[in-house]
Amino acid sequence: MLGYVLRRLAAMVPVLIGVTFLIFALVHALPGDPIAAMAGNRPLSPSTVAALRQQYHLDESLWTQYWYYMTGLAHGDLGTDFHGRPVSELIAERWPVTFNLALTAWVMKIVIGIGVGVYGALRRGRLGDHLALGFTVLFIALPGFVFAFIAQLVFGVNLQLFPIAGIADGWPMSFLLPALVIALETAAPLARLTRSSLVEVLRSDFIRTARAKGAAPARVVWGHAMRNSMIPVVTYLGLSLATLLGGAVIVESVFNLPGVGGLMVQAIQTQEGSVVVGVATFIILVYLLVNLVVDLCYGLIDPRVRRV
Amino acid sequence: MNLANRAKSTVDTASPASPPSSSALLEVTDLRVDFHTRAGRVHAVDGVSFSVAAGETLAVLGESGSGKSVTAQAIMGILDSPPAEIVGGSVLLEGRDLLTLPAAQRRAARGSEIALVFQDSLSALNPVQPVARQIAELYRIHRGMGRSEAWRRAVEMMDRVRIPAAASRAHDYPHQFSGGMRQRIVIAMALALDPKVVIADEPTTALDVTVQAQILDLLAEQQRERDMGLILITHDLGVAAQVATNAVVMYAGRIVERSRVRDLFLDPVHPYSHGLVASIPRDLPRGSALPAIPGMPPSLTARPGGCQFHPRCPLAQPRCRTDEPPLLPVKDGRESACHFWTKVGER
Repeated sequence: MLGYVLRRLAAMVPVLIGVTFLIFALVHALPGDPIAAMAGNRPLSPSTVAALRQQYHLDESLWTQYWYYMTGLAHGDLGTDFHGRPVSELIAERWPVTFNLALTAWVMKIVIGIGVGVYGALRRGRLGDHLALGFTVLFIALPGFVFAFIAQLVFGVNLQLFPIAGIADGWPMSFLLPALVIALETAAPLARLTRSSLVEVLRSDFIRTARAKGAAPARVVWGHAMRNSMIPVVTYLGLSLATLLGGAVIVESVFNLPGVGGLMVQAIQTQEGSVVVGVATFIILVYLLVNLVVDLCYGLIDPRVRRV
Repeated sequence: MNLANRAKSTVDTASPASPPSSSALLEVTDLRVDFHTRAGRVHAVDGVSFSVAAGETLAVLGESGSGKSVTAQAIMGILDSPPAEIVGGSVLLEGRDLLTLPAAQRRAARGSEIALVFQDSLSALNPVQPVARQIAELYRIHRGMGRSEAWRRAVEMMDRVRIPAAASRAHDYPHQFSGGMRQRIVIAMALALDPKVVIADEPTTALDVTVQAQILDLLAEQQRERDMGLILITHDLGVAAQVATNAVVMYAGRIVERSRVRDLFLDPVHPYSHGLVASIPRDLPRGSALPAIPGMPPSLTARPGGCQFHPRCPLAQPRCRTDEPPLLPVKDGRESACHFWTKVGER
């Protein structure tokens, strides 16, 4: 087990190198001059520009810059923004918001997605099945911000159940509405996956065995089919949590939540390449680690892949 | 092998194969199962009747697609419907018609009074549950036992079907067992509640020949101890010969011959049975082709008229294309569905 974890951690290194380099190169290729963006409208003397360029290694080649970054990263340094603040500090400030939002949205998504999927599988081909699936597809088709505005209007302004924006009320009140928006938007693939997986499991021989034992329908579904049908779903749920932890840009901005997604957008707008790369690196690390945890959880559900 | 000898000796003393009688434990009469397909309604089981007495082993023989497994599942009440629909007949278990029982009573009988041994033990067992838990489930459902009591009984059952070190293997999962051991677990599941009738649907098809013999041995021994009725569904005449006394041969959803197994081997009274017996591999000169029945069983959606077997039959006459022969007594208490049964095996 420990050996497996260590091997998996080691395998992350090349992935991390590859992906950070890709982002690094993309940021490097962005049009525009970061120094000019930093100065805003003020004119800068050529000597100041040159000094700044040198300070931020902008006069060096891509390879050299990447080397500097990776050396820093190896020491746990994600770089600094143009004001000298460490990127890790910026992330630490915003991480609790993203974490709370992501986890709340994820749990809601599981409840809605698996609920709809199971309902559809058990009533497959009937009206309820089609309605439930149609409902989830509706939320995919609706642009995220439209739905977010509607939610704000209905639950925030008219019903006054939740705050409209901001995090003044803390968790859970400030997070429930944006989390619900994210959950509904992303529940459809989960519902479909759950439905098809459960339908397939319900056709398998061991379900017939359970029925031949005289098990009541509820026991057949919950005692035998559910856990088996969750095997492919768990993989998807892991990826989904990892994606949510990377920040939800649109929902964060509509609900004015200062999360990691907003930090990233802001950094791209102000052309602060170091922040973009630092935040991206952090998100990738979270993604890889969440995936590892999910793979380890696999064995809990499916004894066939259990590692002793 | 002693088992085969035993089978032969019981053949001699057993009553001749007979149509359903009132002394039977399980009595299937005129069972009809239709499937609703895109091409319309097809008759998968078309008027099948047989009976099994306590301590009797009945072999149901036939190729794949002949309706054997559908018959078994219809008796158990575990057909998926739709697409399947039981459209007629009765299944009397000690006089009670299982087909008309309310759902809850039917479930109560399933697994405890009548049980099924599945063919493929790997797919028939839940991959994410320890094996003993799957056996214990029967005690929990039907006897209302608590977890630990049911588990203890399950381990006893594993021991009874001779799984070595049953107590320590009880926590293992199906994939950790060999095919033969897994089949023993499936048998333990079927026998857990001492059912009156066990239906074994191709119980040895997925196994090595040596393991096959052990499993048949186990089934025969358990049957003898408990005086159960055993219905052995198989396409393998050798398997039938090892354990069964009586046999019905199915073709395209119907019974075409009803005989004692020994008579079936020595003197089949239906050309299809004759073909089955003739195609058992024997000592043949090297290089000579194995005998086989030419052609394929009919597709359920494109049935030939008249006798279902006539397109493949060496004895077919013009009459066979139009007149469907009913299953009638022919000699020695045997039945055949062939107009020309007297000519079978002449050639």
